[in-house]
Amino acid sequence: MGLVSRGAAEAGLGAASAVDRPGPPDAVPNPTPTPPAEGADPGSSRPSMVLKAFFPTCCASADSGLLVGRWVPEQSSAVVLAVVHFPFIPIQVKELLAQVQQASQVGVTVLGTWCHRRQEPEESLGHFLEGLGAIFSHKPWFQLCRERGSKSWSCKATHWQGPASPAASGEDQVMLIFYDQRKVLLSQLHPPTALPNRQAGDTTASAGGLAAVFDTVARSEALFQSDRFDEGPVRLSHWQSEGMEASILVELAKWAAGPVCLFLACLLSLISAASACRVFKLWPLSFIWSKLSTCEQLRHRLEQLTLIFSTQKAESPAQLMRKANMLVSVLLDVALGLMLLSWLHRKDLIGQLADALIPVADHVAEELQHLLQWLMGAPAGLKMNRALDQVLGRFFLYHIHLWISYIHLMSPFIERILWHVGLSACLGLTVALSILSDIIALLTFHIYCFYVYGARLYCLKIHGLSSLWRLFRGKKWNVLRQRVDSCSYDLDQLFIGTLLFTILVFLLPTTALYYLVFTLLRLLVVAVQGLIHLLVDLINSLPLYSLGLRLCRPYRLAAGVKFRVLEHETGRPLRLLMQINPLPYSRVVHTYRLPTCGCHPKHSWGSLCRKLFFGELIYPWRQRGNKQD
Amino acid sequence: MEDEQSFSDICGGRLALQRRFYSPSCLEFSLSCPRITLRSLTAVTCTVWLAAYGLFTLCENSMILSAAIFITLLGLLGYLHFVKIDHETLLIIDSLGIQMTSSYASGKESTTFIEMGQVNDVVINEAIYMQKVIYYLCILLKDPVEPHGISQVVPLFQSAKPRLDCLIEVYRSCQDILAHQKATSTSL
Repeated sequence: MGLVSRGAAEAGLGAASAVDRPGPPDAVPNPTPTPPAEGADPGSSRPSMVLKAFFPTCCASADSGLLVGRWVPEQSSAVVLAVVHFPFIPIQVKELLAQVQQASQVGVTVLGTWCHRRQEPEESLGHFLEGLGAIFSHKPWFQLCRERGSKSWSCKATHWQGPASPAASGEDQVMLIFYDQRKVLLSQLHPPTALPNRQAGDTTASAGGLAAVFDTVARSEALFQSDRFDEGPVRLSHWQSEGMEASILVELAKWAAGPVCLFLACLLSLISAASACRVFKLWPLSFIWSKLSTCEQLRHRLEQLTLIFSTQKAESPAQLMRKANMLVSVLLDVALGLMLLSWLHRKDLIGQLADALIPVADHVAEELQHLLQWLMGAPAGLKMNRALDQVLGRFFLYHIHLWISYIHLMSPFIERILWHVGLSACLGLTVALSILSDIIALLTFHIYCFYVYGARLYCLKIHGLSSLWRLFRGKKWNVLRQRVDSCSYDLDQLFIGTLLFTILVFLLPTTALYYLVFTLLRLLVVAVQGLIHLLVDLINSLPLYSLGLRLCRPYRLAAGVKFRVLEHETGRPLRLLMQINPLPYSRVVHTYRLPTCGCHPKHSWGSLCRKLFFGELIYPWRQRGNKQD
Repeated sequence: MEDEQSFSDICGGRLALQRRFYSPSCLEFSLSCPRITLRSLTAVTCTVWLAAYGLFTLCENSMILSAAIFITLLGLLGYLHFVKIDHETLLIIDSLGIQMTSSYASGKESTTFIEMGQVNDVVINEAIYMQKVIYYLCILLKDPVEPHGISQVVPLFQSAKPRLDCLIEVYRSCQDILAHQKATSTSL
């Protein structure tokens, strides 16, 4: 009773300034008293439609008022965004809604009335509420009602036919779906497959059912600016009705981010300009830069930092996530690098490493010498060609001797160099690992040389053999036509060819054995380097911010929704709770992976075996260009 | 309104089908799988520990025994959390969609929701599974490009694997709701 009179009185008070306000509630024409038909209207031929009303859980305890939101006709669903409380002036409500509609491109209208009361409603309240339906005409008009302190809800949706035609206004069944407004506002849907023919500029009308709900809530930020305690003309209730949430740290960070980004962006552009200067493009330096994986990693990090600190705002949520992932990855990298540095310095490992390096290099060289002595004898019981064996063995032994001399020459400077290199770990763990990989490559350079010599020799032999084999059969390779043609040879050509063929065949086991041994050693080194590169790639590409978000705020990354049926009494409408179904971790990693340097081996196993058999050189980390060694 | 019936799965284990009728437009089916039995648990544990003890007598290293205990515990936890499904639920809501939930023995739930706009039909398919011919219920999804085509088949009740009589019950109720849904959508 008191509610009706207060509402009517205050609405009447506002009437003085309103222009097209109808008279007091009892002057509103009475709609046809339709019997509350639960099922289909016998007059209409269509089956009873079930309308869906998405209701925010924060408004379930709000006082009575008007429901404001968006009606999606294709899904027959109404998304309630807020509740406008009494007293209000209809013209001001309409103005506010027009403003919001213009600001957010979302068709926000008044959908119906909301009644939160203590006992059964009185007749006059019912008429008043229906009278409001005449002011804000909307089809269908929702009337949601809840008893205070209990869980019984009731809702009606009527199709207002207008006062002129008191024909049967149909009533439809309404299904209530509760949703947490804050979570739906902040979350981002990840559809399983992106449709190929969907434009980015489409309005939400074409979006699938639940994506439309998410979109509506996300775009209606303008509606959530004013709340119940504001002094404005219209009092709203929504998820921020307890007051606007904000954090001082976040605001300060946002304010400080501008100048800091500008400063860092200038610094980074200076560094990139310095590294792109002409001096570094001269031949020896550019060759070395392209071979070292450290330079590659540093370049990659520089690019990432430039992207993070660029002064442009991120356009889409995906770009924002990518920036955040890069920043967290860089920070973690630097933190791990600093930990490594402190560990190295605490145990004075650098000194120990420098002391141990020369003996280790000596030990490796000694082992290689033993290996060569073994090959020069009768390895694994095989009988080798004595002369060739001795030649190759002596050649490689001399090579090792040269290498050891160079290492001993460098030994006074090793500790200094290592100390400076160890400092670079403060740039990140990935840089330290890349340096380690490069050091391994440099230390095993002689193994690489042996592999190249052995492979070239073997390759020459195989090509010679195949060409002489063709001669044996009376054929030759036609370079012009790239095919094998028959050819008639002279007698002396055939004679010499056969001699050479026999010689090569008998020398094959020796060469093949040397080639096999050094290829295995080379593959071992490549495997170790590969593991290090894999670890570096992992640190580079793992989206840690997204994983952290999925762990701590799972509703931000949504794969979909899930429903739960709430307590149901017969005669009452069906109530569901819509919750957000978070994205599984594997999909998070797959969607938000950062792009890496891309230095993956490009061979399949088959082509690798083929190359090994024919003695072609294998380059596992071909990043740019096809330089021949 | 709730009722419960007892069926059997394709291997002969007992299943319980619980049907909840919330409203003419909302229906829930819950199929509970046979539980993990004490006998199988004891058998697996004894096998693992006998193997560990055999290794221990060979190697004389007591770490093997503690490792076997750890492996058994972790294996059991992993099995309950990732593999063993306790019951599967199918919730159909007219004009909203179909939701499938699998609840694991440790309480974890994994849910998939398919909107009604993507559902073409719900059918019972036959399949050849090792030496058996089995029936399974599946949802056919619409192809976005071609209006009458089918882009994906989503099988239901994959862990419970009920027999045809149980599937027919579920199928009939689903078809009632889908027919109602089609009638209302074509009348728009």
